[in-house]
Amino acid sequence: MTAATSGHTPDIAVAAPPLGSWRAVRAFLRNPAAVLATLFLIMVAVTAVAAPLIYPEDPLSMVARPFLWPGQNPTFPLGSDSLGRDVAAGLVWGARISLLIGIAAMALGVTIGIVVGATAGYFGGWIDDALVRLIEIFQTTPSFLMLVVLVAIAEPRVESITVAIALVTWPTIARLVRAEFRSLREKDFVTAARGLGYGHARIIFIEILPNALPPIIVTSSVIVASAILMESALSFMGLGDPNRISWGSMIGAGREMLRTAWYLTFIPGIAIVLTVLALNLIGDALNDALNPRLSSEP
Amino acid sequence: MFENRRLLRVLRRTVVQAVPTVLGIVVLNFLLLKLAPGDAADVMAGEFGTATEETMAMLRRQFGLDLPLLQQLLAYLGNLVQFSLGFSPRYGMPVSELIGQRLPSTLMLMGLALAIAVVVGIALGTTMAMTAGRWTDRVLSVVSLLFYSVPGFWIGLMLIVLFSVKLGWLPSGGQETIGAGLTGLDAVADRLKHMILPATSLALFYVAIYGRLTRAAVLEVASQDYVRTAAAKGLAPLTVTLRHVLRNALLPVTTLAGIHFGGILGGAVVVETVYSWPGLGRLAFESVMRRDFNVLLGVLLLSSFLVIIANTLIDLLHAWLDPRIEVR
Repeated sequence: MTAATSGHTPDIAVAAPPLGSWRAVRAFLRNPAAVLATLFLIMVAVTAVAAPLIYPEDPLSMVARPFLWPGQNPTFPLGSDSLGRDVAAGLVWGARISLLIGIAAMALGVTIGIVVGATAGYFGGWIDDALVRLIEIFQTTPSFLMLVVLVAIAEPRVESITVAIALVTWPTIARLVRAEFRSLREKDFVTAARGLGYGHARIIFIEILPNALPPIIVTSSVIVASAILMESALSFMGLGDPNRISWGSMIGAGREMLRTAWYLTFIPGIAIVLTVLALNLIGDALNDALNPRLSSEP
Repeated sequence: MFENRRLLRVLRRTVVQAVPTVLGIVVLNFLLLKLAPGDAADVMAGEFGTATEETMAMLRRQFGLDLPLLQQLLAYLGNLVQFSLGFSPRYGMPVSELIGQRLPSTLMLMGLALAIAVVVGIALGTTMAMTAGRWTDRVLSVVSLLFYSVPGFWIGLMLIVLFSVKLGWLPSGGQETIGAGLTGLDAVADRLKHMILPATSLALFYVAIYGRLTRAAVLEVASQDYVRTAAAKGLAPLTVTLRHVLRNALLPVTTLAGIHFGGILGGAVVVETVYSWPGLGRLAFESVMRRDFNVLLGVLLLSSFLVIIANTLIDLLHAWLDPRIEVR
């Protein structure tokens, strides 16, 4: 969670292979764990998209006898909670929220991070100083605390949670992009582009950015993972969207019955762990595939 | 002599850089909280149920909530200069006193968690690096990635199920056995028992981070010439690893321990909720819910301060460990 923000991406500038190369894809596909993780994520995504078809009924509605243990009744394979809600339906609908918030927050956070980081790294000087200070302010405040404050004062809803997670994650990307841009802006191809009279925007987005992409892509997959962790922690604390079921809120509700019905806490937790683990495995594999010199093999 | 002067220079630079950051944090947090809909008077009125317009206005006047924004900000900054964090209308006591009550238990929890994370993480990472590429390494890598993926609050709840509900070995929450009236060593042991589960839940994520970092750092250092020399002169592999490799590999790990201080503080909000631990994180959460912004501002400011102090200590440690480090 919070905590979850600080990624474990190595802090290095890489001479990356061109993105279009098949070598990276082949390297990725040779990693069995990564392939398995990708398949699992595709399955989760398909379930999430198809939730209204699989469980057309509102997952918050009462459909069964309360406290059915998993396996007790074949109609409700994962059991039911204290209000007789189907746990399996909650899991499927919860996947929607987790993936939606995870991906949307990542997209927003990465966009802000790229814009700020690229501006700071490319222009340098006082712009850089000011933006680095801003990044520092954000990184000095414990991010989960910040997240709780942001969500609590802006009314917990899917949109506000997404924006809040993006606001606490962008500094990670901004630092990374800034470092990349600082090392790339002195390269010959940038000087050449300047010599040709290209505008700043064109040099930043079309000339430099593609070369800085590999580490950004790796970090992005880790950020989706940590965004999902943050969302689940928020809804566990009761700061989730009250009208949507999510894995975190299921755990929060199950907590009251921890002593008697621990499966209510256990099952949604496993869903979170597997999804986040899959994303992290993919992040690792991408890192190995895109930075061959830093492969985890000695 | 020269050594001390260099360390002082590092210290001065850090402090000078920290001042604008702290000021920025105060102003930003202040404006953020003031932009929020609702204030302490609203929440209190809602709880009492029968508040008239007059009592609301009186409450606001009493807390200074009716003044213009800029005036409130200046008043707050004026208080800060006198080392006062203001007054909490909800708890009816100065914010600094309130925080002072909660801070020690959070610091203890964080300290233990960080210690577990660093010790276990380094051991894990060294083992992985020494067996790099073999099955031990592969299994431990997956385990550490698993630790990295587990939500702290969930593992906290699962630990409660296992160790308090099923096995009955450890308490499921709180800071001490209430009413037991323990003294001396018994009291310390009781405290520790209450700390094990929350500290472990908090540490797991960082165990994974330090494990992975140590593994990478050890592998990198292990390829250096002086390590080959040490091995060539016949030192035992374990001696080489501990004396020559690990020592140099620890620098990147310590850097991150400072940065993670803030992360652990954030994680404490959730873990303290799970274990009803009377700490700073819980206080922050309660004050958000009650719109008690003086307390919240105090907690935010203090946590930023702690992070800055942790980073400064790390900078100093580095400057001391590595004489080449002067100015970043």
